Amino acid sequence: MIRVVLPPHLRTLASAEREVALRVEGPATQRSVLDALEAAYPPLRGAIRDRVTRRRRPLVRFFACAEDLSHEPPDAPLPEAVATGAEPFLVVGAMAGG
Amino acid sequence: MSGVRVLVGTRKGAFVLTADGQRERWDISGPHFAGWEMYHLKGSPADPNRLYASQSNGWFGQTIQRSDDGGATWEPVGNDFAYDGVPGTHQWYDGTQHPWEFARVWHLEPSPTDPDTVYAGVEDAALFRSVDGGQTWRELSALRGVSGHLWQPGAGGMCLHTIVLDPANPDRIVVAISAAGAFRSDDGGETWRAVNRGLRSEAEIPDPAADVGHCVHSLAMHPSRPDVLFMQKHWDVMRSDDGGGVWREISGNLPSDFGFPIAVHAHEPETVYVVPIKSDSEHYPPDGKLRVYRSRTGGHEWEPLTRGLPQRDCYVNVLRDAMAVDSLDACGVYVGTTGGQVYASADAGDTWAPIVRDLPAVLSVETQTLP
Repeated sequence: MIRVVLPPHLRTLASAEREVALRVEGPATQRSVLDALEAAYPPLRGAIRDRVTRRRRPLVRFFACAEDLSHEPPDAPLPEAVATGAEPFLVVGAMAGG
Repeated sequence: MSGVRVLVGTRKGAFVLTADGQRERWDISGPHFAGWEMYHLKGSPADPNRLYASQSNGWFGQTIQRSDDGGATWEPVGNDFAYDGVPGTHQWYDGTQHPWEFARVWHLEPSPTDPDTVYAGVEDAALFRSVDGGQTWRELSALRGVSGHLWQPGAGGMCLHTIVLDPANPDRIVVAISAAGAFRSDDGGETWRAVNRGLRSEAEIPDPAADVGHCVHSLAMHPSRPDVLFMQKHWDVMRSDDGGGVWREISGNLPSDFGFPIAVHAHEPETVYVVPIKSDSEHYPPDGKLRVYRSRTGGHEWEPLTRGLPQRDCYVNVLRDAMAVDSLDACGVYVGTTGGQVYASADAGDTWAPIVRDLPAVLSVETQTLP
């Protein structure tokens, strides 16, 4: 199972806990994990990726294993520790204060 | 005893204010959707338990929420606002053409007769309709065919912010867009025409009487007289007696004819309310006095309503969807401010008192008169 940590607003929107566990078919990539996340929690469709382009929304970030994976290609393999469930994949609301 | 429910959208959540028919003691519920921008909430006239809410923020985009129990509980419904076909382009700030891009839902207008039918006015400007309680949305795309390539965003974005439905004729829809103007359909949204004749925008567009390009801020209609429309334009308060065919100015003795909301008394079709704002460069009331102005003559002659409203050092704004009336007897009037106050009058505007004083900036106020 792949572990995904959601930010507070998305937990509320999805009626989910802080961390959710997902079964992902095939290689673990950003795309496959987010596809599984949106399938399990339909209210998150459009909240993380643009509905039309399927690209990451500008103020959403993806972290794992203490690295920022936001700019990695969506089909790049995620770290082995994420794929095995040892480490979570973090969906983060970017800092955007002023 | 009948009562009233006031739905308040703010920059940081929604609040539901309820009172009995006396409208003296209020129960405050919220924040709902804490931390989210709530551009608009509105109840179905056909089923007071059915509410729709537009929830968005810059991080996670747009969600539509629906309640079937008067706001006690909510569930997210459909948020797929896909423009019909290839969206095309509209005028951009620098004069170039810019692709149509969905940003958010500004206004939700439930059908007067069917709780499952609801219209959504969005940015970039377009009109969507759902006939399944908000689960799926279809664009009424012919609207953008009315010179859409000439529309351009105002300072607040290119938003379709006002939707007026004729309760006696489901085919009649009037919408307003900043900064494009007013548009009308007489066939349920399949075809549209601009209804801006008589508007003059001397300082805003190069041809002051152009067919499109006017910055309409809001429209109001009394349900018993659907051909009579009132308009608060960027500057000028206007009136049409033929469904927007031609407009004439009714600003009369207002201290400023700039403003955002406009509303019509629930029982007196010729009684109209506006909130004058000093100017488009100073978005606060003239002289630091928050005054709602009322005309009992369908325009031209206006009286300031001040009792209970701050009459010194007041520099808040009242946004376009932040004034509403209830249909109790006597008619209640409500305004929400960017300072977080919601003021209520239970006597058609003669006297006012705050229901709440310290909410986040108020974006919208709507009412439901409860049995």
